Amino acid sequence: MNETTTLDVPVSQGDEDRYRLKLGPQHPATHGVLRVDLELDGETILDCDPQVGYLHRGFEKLAEHRTYAQNLVLTDRLDYIAAMANNVGYCEAVEQLLAIEVPERAKFLRVMVCEMSRLTGHLLWLATHALDIGAMTVFLYCFREREVLLELFAELCGARLTTTYTRLGGVRQDVTHEIMMKLERFVDAFPACIEEYETLIDTNRIWLKRTIGVGQISGEKAVDLCLTGASLRGSGVDYDVRKHMPYAAYDKMDFEIPLGETGDTYARYRCRMEEMGQSNYILRQCIEKMPPGPIVGDDAPDLVMPVKPGRKVEVDTSARNGLIKLIDDRDVYMEGDIYVATEVPKGELGFYFISDGMGRPYRMHIRSPSFIHIGALATMGKGVMVADLIAIIGTLDVVLGESDR
Amino acid sequence: MEPIRIAEQLQEKFQTSILGIDEHRGQVTVLVDRDVIVKIISFLKKDQKMNHLSCLCGVDNKKRKAASAYMERFEVVYQLYSIENRTSLRLKAQIPESDQTIDSITSLWTGANWLERETYDLLGIVFNNHPNLKRILTPEDWEGHPLRKEYKLRGDTEWRGLEELKKKAVQLQQFDFHNASTAQGTSSDE
Repeated sequence: MNETTTLDVPVSQGDEDRYRLKLGPQHPATHGVLRVDLELDGETILDCDPQVGYLHRGFEKLAEHRTYAQNLVLTDRLDYIAAMANNVGYCEAVEQLLAIEVPERAKFLRVMVCEMSRLTGHLLWLATHALDIGAMTVFLYCFREREVLLELFAELCGARLTTTYTRLGGVRQDVTHEIMMKLERFVDAFPACIEEYETLIDTNRIWLKRTIGVGQISGEKAVDLCLTGASLRGSGVDYDVRKHMPYAAYDKMDFEIPLGETGDTYARYRCRMEEMGQSNYILRQCIEKMPPGPIVGDDAPDLVMPVKPGRKVEVDTSARNGLIKLIDDRDVYMEGDIYVATEVPKGELGFYFISDGMGRPYRMHIRSPSFIHIGALATMGKGVMVADLIAIIGTLDVVLGESDR
Repeated sequence: MEPIRIAEQLQEKFQTSILGIDEHRGQVTVLVDRDVIVKIISFLKKDQKMNHLSCLCGVDNKKRKAASAYMERFEVVYQLYSIENRTSLRLKAQIPESDQTIDSITSLWTGANWLERETYDLLGIVFNNHPNLKRILTPEDWEGHPLRKEYKLRGDTEWRGLEELKKKAVQLQQFDFHNASTAQGTSSDE
């Protein structure tokens, strides 16, 4: 090795006891490409500074140059482990903005895929979270069930992860009888699987020691940090978008919102486990109540859109409710702005749209729960041990594709 | 209380600082003067229990057809929600091109910290009294603010840090601890 070459890593002077550690971005416990700059005194974290942006693809900028229908594929790449929920969130927002009606069956199908993706999301969370804390076995069990759901996604829309299943005004494909049979078998079997995970870790002494009292936050503090999803409900705050602002067919579903009390890692773990049971219950209702009918509304713009370039088409305004006429490939819509939130496995996914009347969004902002949760890590990670930081990253349930956009 | 009623109440209380009230698809937007933004939001948080900050983002109005009389170059949008009362309200603060600053609301929500950093990074709006206002999604030496309308979707130059990064990668190859003998070989090839 050439002795004259040195690395220019900054070394602070005077504080010999402290040292800096760059955790990630390729560390397996950072769930993707998160880097956390730590300042340590022994094993205690004095300062915690999460760094994001490694996966920044500029979706918000890109969206301004694509039509509403084209932007749908971008949402697959947000939370790539529960893409269906993102698709639904995006479509719900655009439909409200452009006043597009969705048929009843499509609404139920959306709830169905949403809950399936919530299960895949939570199963992956449980698998990796347990793996981070040292429980290897759970990982394999969770992936067994996740595989069944991903196979169902593949059968439903041809892709396991990048689904692009929903359409503006409905969904792309109807479910077959076979898929429903398979889903029903899964729904019947799944409660036993949850019990199986619970026997592995629920009262496991090591699991309890690693989770109880770790990353504890009060409900007030959780709201202050803008947390949402199970990370917020673990602290006892009753906020779930599915109940507060029901979208799709959630107002016709019977389900409960599990709440934690203590606000520590164990409470959040219990919350998500209960949520899986509730999701399973909603899936059963979807199978039973699934109404017949069309799956795409009559005024779904991306299905109406293909007209010959340059051809002007006049459309009856009253029938299309906001859709005035088609010019080239873009529709002319009403002006205005809207914020629509949906509950994805990670928390509240919000889309803020500004439409200036063109077929492309003037501005699209994605309120991504993961981004805000990683922001909260800076506060929650201070003063804890390095090993507990790994548990906190896991319990906040982040995915970097959504955070960096 | 209905969102529109809250907006009216704001109008009574802050009078000239409220520039306009707008309703679109059942969602109420209040245009406010940026100088009183912290006062208005802390009033809403305390009196109307709007304790959840749903969304905070910036908008560049450069190419937008004027939707209202008060249209400055930039605006910052705050989406507030009351978990208890289940009401939401949107605030918009206008920011002129000549002075692109607004007061930070990190004193009200710790979680606003990163959202404001993001807005600064992508739009270049400076938040006064922010504890740590630096770039977040783009590298620290990035030029320009991507979400501004004059920023091109496809640029013609590479990020200037790339050359430096490539040099660093060559330098790092000398520290290949896995196989010291081959590391010598590759470094001499470079």
